[in-house]
Amino acid sequence: MLPDGGGDDEERWLAEGIAGVQQNAFYMHRALDSNNLKDALKYSAQMLSELRTSRLSPHKYYELYMRAFDEMRKLEMFFREETRRGSCSVVDLYELVQHAGNVLPRLYLLCTVGSVYIKSKEAPAKDVLKDLVEMCRGIQHPLRGLFLRSYLSQISRDKLPDIGSEYEGDADSINDAVEFVLQNFIEMNKLWVRMQHQGPVREKDKRGKERNELRDLVGKNLHVLSQIEGVDLEMYKENVLPRISEQVVNCKDDLAQFYLMDCIIQVFPDEYHLQTLETLLSAFPQLQPSVDIKTVLSQLMDRLSNYAATSPEVLPEFLQVEAFAKFSNAIGKVIEAQVDMPVVGAVTLYVSLLTFTLRVHPDRLDYVDQVLGACVKKLSGKEKLEDSRATKQIVALLSAPLEKYSNIVTALELSNYPRVMDYLDNATTKVMALVIIQSIMKNTTCISTSDKIEALFDLIKGLIKDMDGAQDDELDEEDFKEEQNSVARLIHMLHNDDHDEMLKILCTVQKHILQGGPKRLPFTVPSLVFSALKLVRRLQGQDGDVTGEEVPATPKKIFQILHQTIEALQCIPCPELSLRLYLQCAEAANDCDLEPVAYEFFTQAFILYEEEIADSKAQITALHLIIGTLQRMNIFGVENRDTLTHKTTGYSAKLLKKPDQCRAVYACSHLFWTDDQDGIMDGERVLLCLKRALRIANAAQQMANVSKGSSGSVILFIEILNKYLYFFEKGIPQITNTVIQDLIELIRTEKQNDSSASDPSAEAFFASTLRYIEFQKQKGGSIGEKYEQIKAS
Amino acid sequence: MNYIIGAFKPPCDIFVTFSDERCRKQVAVKKDNGKTAMVPAFQSLETIAGEVSIAPVPGKRIEHMGVKIELLGQIELYFDRGNFYDFTSLVRELDVPGEIYERKTYPFEFSTVEMPYESYNGTNVRLRYILKVTIGRNYVGNIVECRDFCVRNYSPLPSINNSIKMEVGIEDCLHIEFEYSKSKYHLKDVIVGKIYFLLVRIKIKNMELEIRRRESTGSGPNTYVETETLAKFELMDGAPVRGESIPVRLFLTPYELTPTYRNINNKFSVKYYLNLVLVDEEDRRYFKQQEINMFRLDEIPQPS
Repeated sequence: MLPDGGGDDEERWLAEGIAGVQQNAFYMHRALDSNNLKDALKYSAQMLSELRTSRLSPHKYYELYMRAFDEMRKLEMFFREETRRGSCSVVDLYELVQHAGNVLPRLYLLCTVGSVYIKSKEAPAKDVLKDLVEMCRGIQHPLRGLFLRSYLSQISRDKLPDIGSEYEGDADSINDAVEFVLQNFIEMNKLWVRMQHQGPVREKDKRGKERNELRDLVGKNLHVLSQIEGVDLEMYKENVLPRISEQVVNCKDDLAQFYLMDCIIQVFPDEYHLQTLETLLSAFPQLQPSVDIKTVLSQLMDRLSNYAATSPEVLPEFLQVEAFAKFSNAIGKVIEAQVDMPVVGAVTLYVSLLTFTLRVHPDRLDYVDQVLGACVKKLSGKEKLEDSRATKQIVALLSAPLEKYSNIVTALELSNYPRVMDYLDNATTKVMALVIIQSIMKNTTCISTSDKIEALFDLIKGLIKDMDGAQDDELDEEDFKEEQNSVARLIHMLHNDDHDEMLKILCTVQKHILQGGPKRLPFTVPSLVFSALKLVRRLQGQDGDVTGEEVPATPKKIFQILHQTIEALQCIPCPELSLRLYLQCAEAANDCDLEPVAYEFFTQAFILYEEEIADSKAQITALHLIIGTLQRMNIFGVENRDTLTHKTTGYSAKLLKKPDQCRAVYACSHLFWTDDQDGIMDGERVLLCLKRALRIANAAQQMANVSKGSSGSVILFIEILNKYLYFFEKGIPQITNTVIQDLIELIRTEKQNDSSASDPSAEAFFASTLRYIEFQKQKGGSIGEKYEQIKAS
Repeated sequence: MNYIIGAFKPPCDIFVTFSDERCRKQVAVKKDNGKTAMVPAFQSLETIAGEVSIAPVPGKRIEHMGVKIELLGQIELYFDRGNFYDFTSLVRELDVPGEIYERKTYPFEFSTVEMPYESYNGTNVRLRYILKVTIGRNYVGNIVECRDFCVRNYSPLPSINNSIKMEVGIEDCLHIEFEYSKSKYHLKDVIVGKIYFLLVRIKIKNMELEIRRRESTGSGPNTYVETETLAKFELMDGAPVRGESIPVRLFLTPYELTPTYRNINNKFSVKYYLNLVLVDEEDRRYFKQQEINMFRLDEIPQPS
């Protein structure tokens, strides 16, 4: 390590240098004021000698250089005055400054006089420039050479024999201008590169950093070149680019190659790049392996695609020069040449190319597929990717077409798309699948053929089924839910107005999701079921039209599929959900007038209830569902219906807790009274149910008395009262006002017995029930009349 | 009082004037006392003519054994100071013995004098031309007055002027090739050349070109050689790499050079050398010396 205080020393050296410059500048000014050319030369040379130091870092050296630079401007003005006055011819002056013994001051002075010389037009600009750039070879010290040449470049910028410039010489003078800048560039680059290799090895990194600070000095030349009016496409193509790229390739320095390639891309117009793609791209495979080619190439592609985007009229040019083919080719070569390039680099390149393609040739899906294909080729023979950055890039690669086309359907046509996905690890496959699904959701894309769906499921198979060797243990439960919910949502997006096709879609979906295993089915099956039921409804809507023909999509067939599907779910087991779905199907079958089917579904539901649902709470819920569904069924014949209702009431009475029993039983009463035209209306059995409920409520009351020493809640009675009132209003003859009156009395008695603890909610419930009766009375009408006889209070 | 002073003063003033003194070119010459004086310049085979005027101190009379003027070319070697070797000696008698009462003028002329050597003022040797007027007297010493003049001989442009080209080096360490466009330079010439680095394995700090003058005097065992570096001209700063070529352009005008003198009258020689010096980071010097031929180019007809 260097001892500390190196920085302080440097500060001191800089201060000394600046002091030296200032002191000599002072004497120089004095000489200038008194028109003493000899002294002026002497002191300016001494001043410039301060720049001979080797002790400063580039940063500090720059500071010193700037000081001297300012002074040199004044000297230049003096020279100009001097020659104008005629006290010394510029030619003599040009010789005179070359008498200086030290090479660095001599060359600074020479450049300065050279500038005056060109301005005087006593010699062609090209000759002076040529001489200057040649003489500057005397400085082989990288830092000092770079600054000297940068000075040369600075003073000559406005004096190039460019087309239209006042210094333009004969016809060929533009060549001289270009030649000059190129040569200066080449020499500067050589010095810049050399800097890396001089000095102790341990300071290599530091030198890299210092060089980075200097890079703009070199790059400036390219900028100047791009500003030269006379550098037209022809010249750029024939002379400028080949020379620059030769230099870049030959310097074999990664820092320089990276920076300069970037520079070329940035400073010259896009149009030129487009027309010289071949040359430009041919340089890339020859760069050092450590050069970050992907960034540069991406830049280029970015620029060109922007160019294409901003001026659509240039698109034909892109086609004409076969930009895509060239890029594709170049990338292939780069990857081939850089054996050690990590996968991430290669993939990044493909991402850029893909972005380029999407922006420039959005209509060329085959290009996109080609890119993906190339990527597959690169990845082939490798295991799944471990590198997280590479994975990220692949995700980007795969996402790009989705974003562009905002229609997954397009992506599904890319045969290489799934092949690329195969290289992702499981987790990423899932992420990607989610991206795809989200894209579909966002754009509400409707995917409407089974082929595409086949392809789509292939893409998102990470979500659909367990992957080989996947360790699901670490899976976050919530993530998993999220994923599966997405899949469920996706299923709803698969739609085709054509029924047959829709059926095919359903079959495909079913095939895939049934592979999902016990964890996924509960999420995905409901979606499928409802999607299928939707189709059933549609079929049902246009029933009459399609009869007679050989129609593959019949409700029956769909119900078969549904049956299979739910059965799969049932095997998991997942009884509650299966039961619900069965009931849904039954209802749908009902609407389709398919009695046997509906009956079958009910049977399945009952079997489930009996065999699988053991939890009493679940039983209650299930039972209520069954009752609800059954109530709405209207296709069953008497026999079937009786069987089912009988079963249901039977289940109700067998519930574990009395209050539950009670509630189930009074709910069953609805099974016997429907409002439909030809529905069942069996008042007798309604009353029977209600009475039975009352009995159970009574029993419950007593049980509560026995076990807790206090009467249970009267709430059951009040609930039953409400049922009575309901049927009363429906006009069931068996329900009379006497019955209701009795029940009200009963409740009152019970309440009084239950003096110990009155339940406020029961109290309120009862009160509001009574209020309802009063209200109906006041409302009048037929119902009001009926209520008239009931004494509520 | 005047008498006394007059006794020690030369009894007369002698002036030597050249007939074309007004328009003749004058050159600066360094004298013994370190001062520079302007003296007229001649070249070989020119006619040297003029007047000698002798003006006695008023009221005095000079009795003499005759008046003569000599044109002398002398070489003085400093290790043998005071001893002049005359390589040219021409005499013109100006007056027969007699007396001079008043100012008297004598014209003189040495026609087409051969003056093969140039005036030279070196470290160990001096070559000079003088006109010496002697008034011979019997009892008291002769009255002598000298007048310096300078001789410069011009050469035409050489018809053959080969470049100097040479490859030198230290094996596996440093190989360079240098090229100077000419081997013969006139005094206001420019040395133009190039240094090619064919192999560089040492860390070079800088490179300079020196102009050295080698003056050798005497002969045989008594040869004295004096080398003087007249110019140090930095050509390159920093370490070049293989394949670099460094331009050389050195203007000779600012340096006080003379033509190359070879074996002047068997007394001395002055030669010039270009010395290319490479200095490495440990201040070791690697050099190669090459003789160049200097000549004085006739300035009047400007070579085109």
